[in-house]
Amino acid sequence: MAKLRQCAIYGKGGIGKSTTTQNLVAALAEAGKKVMIVGCDPKADSTRLILHSKAQTSVMQLAAEAGSVEDLELEDVMNIGFGGIKCVESGGPEPGVGCAGRGVITAINFLEEEGAYDEALDFVFYDVLGDVVCGGFAMPIRENKAQEIYIVCSGEMMAMYAANNIAKGIVKYANSGGVRLAGLICNSRKTDREDELIEALAARLGTQMIHFVPRDNAVQHAEIRRMTVIEYDPKHKQADEYRALARKIVDNKKFVIPTPLEMEQLEELLMEFGIMDAEDESIVGKTAAELAA
Amino acid sequence: MQTADTIKPCYPLFRDDTYKKVIADKRENWEEMHPKDKVAETFNWTTTLEYQDLNFKREALTVNPAKACQPLGSALCGVGFHKALVYIHGSQGCVAYFRTYFNRHFKEPFAIIADSMTEDAAVFGGQKNVHEGLANASKLYGAEMIVMSTTCIAEVIGDDLNAFINNAKNEGYIPKEFPVPFAHTPSFVGSHVTGWDNMEEGILRYFTLNHMENAQVGWNGKINIVPGFETYLGNFRVIKRYLKEMGVDYTYLSDPEEVLDTPADGEFRMYAGGTTIGEIKDAPNAHTTFLLQPLGLEKTKKYVEGTWNHEVPKLDIPMGVDGTDEFLMKVSEITGKPIPEAITKERGRLIDMMTDSHAWLHGKKMALYGDPDFTLGMTKFLLELGVEPTHIVCHNGSKRWEKAMKKMLESAPNGTSAKLYPGADLWHLRSLCFTDKPDFLIGNSYGKFIQRDTLHKGEDFEVPLIRLGFPIFDRHHLHRNTTLGYEGAMYILTTLVNAVLERLDDKTRLMGQTDYNYDLVR
Repeated sequence: MAKLRQCAIYGKGGIGKSTTTQNLVAALAEAGKKVMIVGCDPKADSTRLILHSKAQTSVMQLAAEAGSVEDLELEDVMNIGFGGIKCVESGGPEPGVGCAGRGVITAINFLEEEGAYDEALDFVFYDVLGDVVCGGFAMPIRENKAQEIYIVCSGEMMAMYAANNIAKGIVKYANSGGVRLAGLICNSRKTDREDELIEALAARLGTQMIHFVPRDNAVQHAEIRRMTVIEYDPKHKQADEYRALARKIVDNKKFVIPTPLEMEQLEELLMEFGIMDAEDESIVGKTAAELAA
Repeated sequence: MQTADTIKPCYPLFRDDTYKKVIADKRENWEEMHPKDKVAETFNWTTTLEYQDLNFKREALTVNPAKACQPLGSALCGVGFHKALVYIHGSQGCVAYFRTYFNRHFKEPFAIIADSMTEDAAVFGGQKNVHEGLANASKLYGAEMIVMSTTCIAEVIGDDLNAFINNAKNEGYIPKEFPVPFAHTPSFVGSHVTGWDNMEEGILRYFTLNHMENAQVGWNGKINIVPGFETYLGNFRVIKRYLKEMGVDYTYLSDPEEVLDTPADGEFRMYAGGTTIGEIKDAPNAHTTFLLQPLGLEKTKKYVEGTWNHEVPKLDIPMGVDGTDEFLMKVSEITGKPIPEAITKERGRLIDMMTDSHAWLHGKKMALYGDPDFTLGMTKFLLELGVEPTHIVCHNGSKRWEKAMKKMLESAPNGTSAKLYPGADLWHLRSLCFTDKPDFLIGNSYGKFIQRDTLHKGEDFEVPLIRLGFPIFDRHHLHRNTTLGYEGAMYILTTLVNAVLERLDDKTRLMGQTDYNYDLVR
C-alpha cells in the first residue's frame, strides 16, 4: 500500500477552496483513490457537494449535544459520500463567540484517537477556513499531519496577498518539520493574463502553478444540485480539468519551503502585470480642494 | 487579644470574648445576612430529597469537584524522572497552584517552572516564551531533561510544542541533543489522571519511537511498572519490595519516591532518584509493561502495545487481596520467578487481620469518592472486608469505569446496594449523605466539609470522613503510607476498623449514660 498523503488546502475566503477541493477529491475517488475530507471551517460546508446535504453535522455540534467529545464515536461524525469519500466536518461556534481554532484542534485530535486515519486511505484533504489566522487553523499542518499544502488563488490582488501570507505561515512550520508548499491552484476569475501572473507568483514563491482551472458555469450548475461536476456531468470538459488537477497532484513531486515576498516585491509584481497602479506620492493626504489648487 | 508572649492561632483566639464580639458585630452591621431562621430553613431544604433531585439536574455547574486538571497530573509524572525539570508552557498562576497543591500534600518542595505567558503571548503565540524559557531553564537548574506540558491558554490558541521545541533547537536556544519530551495537556479535557497518562506517553514516545529497530521484547529480562497518578509513596516501596523478594528486575517508568521524600540533612535536593533516560530507552526490551492503574492509562497502553509490541497484562489495580494476588501471580507467570514464602506469609497475616476485624466491619455502610482506579480497587477491597459500599462517586469516571465497577459489584452479595455516580461532584455526594446516610465516607480532605454539614443537621446525621486518597492536606504524613499490595490492605483495614472503633467510643463516652459499651477490649 502506498503511504497516506495528507494535504491541506488554504486560500482567501470565497476563492472557491471548498468547491475546488470537492471536485478534486471526486476526481481522485473516480480514479479509484480512497480519500477523506476534513472540513476545518465553522461554516461546515466543505463536504456538501460530496454528501448532497446542506451542511454535515459537525464534530463540535455533536460534542456540544453529547456533553463532551469523549462521548462521541467515530461513526457519529463520519459520513460516506460520492465514490466512498469519507467526510468529516470539525464545525465550531456561531460567529462572534467562542474559539473556532480550538474546535479544529479538538476535532482533529478526536479523529486521531478514534483511528479515522486508517491504513486503507490514500489521501486526506483538509479544507481550511480563509487564512491561517491562529494556531488552531495551523493544526492541519502540524508534525505528522498534512505534509503538502496547496493554495487556491486567482489573479485578483487580494487573493495573491492572501496566498503570500499563507506562504509566510508555512515557512514557520516548514523550518521545524516536514510540511511543504506543493503548489498554487489557480481558480480562474478571468482577469487579464491570469495564468502568467500566477505562474510568476509561483516562481517567486519557489513553487509551481500546479493547474489552471478555467471558469465555467458547469461548476455552478452542479453546485445548485449540491453535486460536483464530476458526478453531475462527468462528460463535461470542466470535469476533465479537475481530473487533470487530480492527476497532477497524484504525480506531484515538487515540495518546497516557500520564499514569501515582501509587500513591496508583491506590489511590484502586481504593477508589472498592470493590476495595480504605481503610487503617486505627491497626492497622498491631499484633499480635492488642495489638488485643484 | 493577641499578645506577643502567648500568640494563639485562630482557634482558640477567636473564642475570646473580644473576638466573639467583633465577629458578631461584623455579621450584624456589615454582612447583610438573612435572618437566622431563614438560613436554617434553607440549610434544611438542601438536605432533602427534593433538593437532591434538583441538584442532580445540574448541567452547567460543578460544585466542589473531585478531580484536578491535566497539567497537575503531567507535573507529577515528570518529577518521577532522573534530573528532569518539569516545565509548563502557560500561565504562572496555574503552575503556582500545582506547586501549592503538592506542597500541601507531600510537605515537600515541588520544583517546577512556568514560562509565564501574558497577554502578548496569547495574541502572538507562545513561541518566544518557549525559546527564552528553555534557554534560561536549561542553564539555571542543572537538569538533564526538560519535560514540557501546557495549560489552557496555550491550548486555546493552539500552540504547537513540537514545532516550538524544534525551532528552539534549530535556532540555538538549547543544544540539539538536549532532550525535551512534551505533551499537550489541555485542562478542559479529562482530569489530572489524563494529564499523567499524556505526559507518560509523551516521554516514552520521545525516547523510544525512533529507536525501535534494535528493540527486542524480553531481551533485558526486566518488567516495566507504570504507576499512573500515584501519591502514596509507600506504594512505590511495596511494589519494589515484592519484586525484589521475587528476584524480579524492574524499571519504574516515573518514580518520584525519592524526590517527594527527601531528608532534612542540610542539603537541598532539587532532584533525587527517578527513572533515567537509559532506563526509558531500554524499557521496550522488557518482558512486558504492568499498568498499576489501567483505567487511567489508556494512551500509555496504546503506545506500549502498538510501538513496543508488549502484551500488557489485563489486570486491575493491585489493591486488596484479590487485586494483589492477580498482580503477583501475573508477575510470576511472566518472569518464571515463584512467589516467595515471605510474601505468602504476609498475605496470610492480612487474612488473619481481616478475620480479627471482621465483626466490626461487616455490614458497615461506606460511601467513597476518588479517581477511577482508586475507587475500583477500594470498592473491591471493601467487598472483601464485608463492608457495604453505598454511594461511589468518580468525577473523572468514564463509561469504562462504570462498566468495570458494575461487573465487580454484581459478583458480590454485599455489592448489590451500591450506586455508581460517574461525573458527579462532592455537592452531589453531600446530598446523598443526607438522604441515604452511610456510616462513613472515604475520600480526600475535601470530604471534611460534608462531615461538617451533616453534623450541622444534628449528631445523628454526621458522616465521619476516613481520609484515603488525594489530596490530604489536613493530616500529616498519610501520603507516606501504603494502599497497594497486602501491606497496603493492612493499612487500609487498620484505618477503617479504627475509625469504626473511634466512632463507637465517641458515642459511648458519657459517664453513667452511654458508657455501657465503653469497653477496654474490642
